[in-house]
Amino acid sequence: MDLFDILGPVMIGPSSSHTAGAARIGRVARRLFGRLPEEALIELSGSFAMTWQGHGIDRAILGGLMDFAVDDERLRNSRALADKAGLRYRFEQVSLPDTHPNTARLTLTDHGDRLCVTAASIGGGRIRVTEIDGLEVGFSGDMPTLIIQHRDEPGVIADVTRLLAEAGLNIATMRAFRQHQGGEAAMALELDARPDPALVRCLMSLLYIERAVAIDKI
Amino acid sequence: MRQNIGSLAELVAYAEEFGIEEAARCFEPDEETRAQTDARMLALLPVMRQSVEDGMDPALRSMSGLTGGRAAMLKDAVTGGKTVGGALLGRAAARALAVAESNAAMGRIVAAPTAGACGILPGVMLTLAEEYGLADRALLPGFYMSAAVGAIIAKRASISGAQGGCQAECGAASAMTAAAAVVLRGGSCRQAADAAGFALMNVMGLVCDPVGGLVEVPCVYRNVAGAAQALAAADLALAGIACPLPPDEIIDQMKAVGDMMPSALRETGLGGCAACPSALRMLKTETEPD
Repeated sequence: MDLFDILGPVMIGPSSSHTAGAARIGRVARRLFGRLPEEALIELSGSFAMTWQGHGIDRAILGGLMDFAVDDERLRNSRALADKAGLRYRFEQVSLPDTHPNTARLTLTDHGDRLCVTAASIGGGRIRVTEIDGLEVGFSGDMPTLIIQHRDEPGVIADVTRLLAEAGLNIATMRAFRQHQGGEAAMALELDARPDPALVRCLMSLLYIERAVAIDKI
Repeated sequence: MRQNIGSLAELVAYAEEFGIEEAARCFEPDEETRAQTDARMLALLPVMRQSVEDGMDPALRSMSGLTGGRAAMLKDAVTGGKTVGGALLGRAAARALAVAESNAAMGRIVAAPTAGACGILPGVMLTLAEEYGLADRALLPGFYMSAAVGAIIAKRASISGAQGGCQAECGAASAMTAAAAVVLRGGSCRQAADAAGFALMNVMGLVCDPVGGLVEVPCVYRNVAGAAQALAAADLALAGIACPLPPDEIIDQMKAVGDMMPSALRETGLGGCAACPSALRMLKTETEPD
């Protein structure tokens, strides 16, 4: 913790967990998708579901989907701006079992592409992305992050870490998850710097890797 | 951070060896030069000033309609000589209310230490700057001290209403502000720690009970109370009155009390003010037109 964790962040009110955190959840989903989707289903669970209108959670998440930062005053008018940008969205109140009280699940779609991101706002504007397309991940968005979706086969993790090492990229945290042996799997790696697009393309070309995406800190 | 300081006692000891400004700066980010940190800190001031201005708009309303426009009323009453607390207290209170109301209306604010308590520090600091003719740079030692106190409270206890009640949000903000005010008036680090101790001691157990779960009632008015009691706590310390209990022990008890608090009194909007029979009716009528 440093002093700007105490004095800051500069943000649009009213609540660091319900507004700033919600905006960051929208933004991380958009960055993982790579562009503004045509459609977004936004499911709100727990306290998010109960207080979404008064806290501007809806506007915050939509603003995040349009890549607005937590201190961007356009967050206030993001519903109108989303309409204007052609984003079709809908909010649903749900109950996601075994999740943090402030959890949202965003399903983004366009032209047959689909991405489902579950994340929680854990206080002070900090977030935790917990699931991507049903695979457990677990990262904060506070650092450049590399997400790899792949088939569970021996050597995939070694291939990824070798390429990162060759590029001089240091891994700060890493989490790997698989649905079952030989099934769908995912890795989330928090890095000290963002991998360049050529490296991400190189990762994508590896056997068994279905999707690789690198995002900056949110 | 050059120093891994975990208590106000350690902060005071460090200040006695290296000076109060060095102590206040102990939570500077490692990777920045001092000039960079100063520039980032100074950049918060225009945001604070703008949030005061935004909040002083008589026509301002939050999304629920429960708050907004009251800061303008308070300012008019202070300017018109209709208040009892004197001009300095009145101006600090009106500014604190303005920032808090701006926050409730989705304005741009500096969380200090949280969004819900964001009015207290700027309300008092900007008023002291005006009263004593202090340039922005002269406010820096106060802001650094406020952050050091806030960081120590966050380390030992919590600055989250959901975890520790309002004592952890407006209480922490008030303690941070009291310490900052002492520094601006030339007090010692020990006096700043005492002021923080007084501020926390006097709101021990304050619950977080937002009507409808919204950061509005009583939150915006608790910002006024937090600013007023920061000034009172600073005055106690500046008079040379030592906090009768060690401030670190008060922080630890604040944590213990927060842990004992039922969840109905920790930001869930189920107890305290939120449970007043009128609270639900108020919410219903205020939100219907939208």
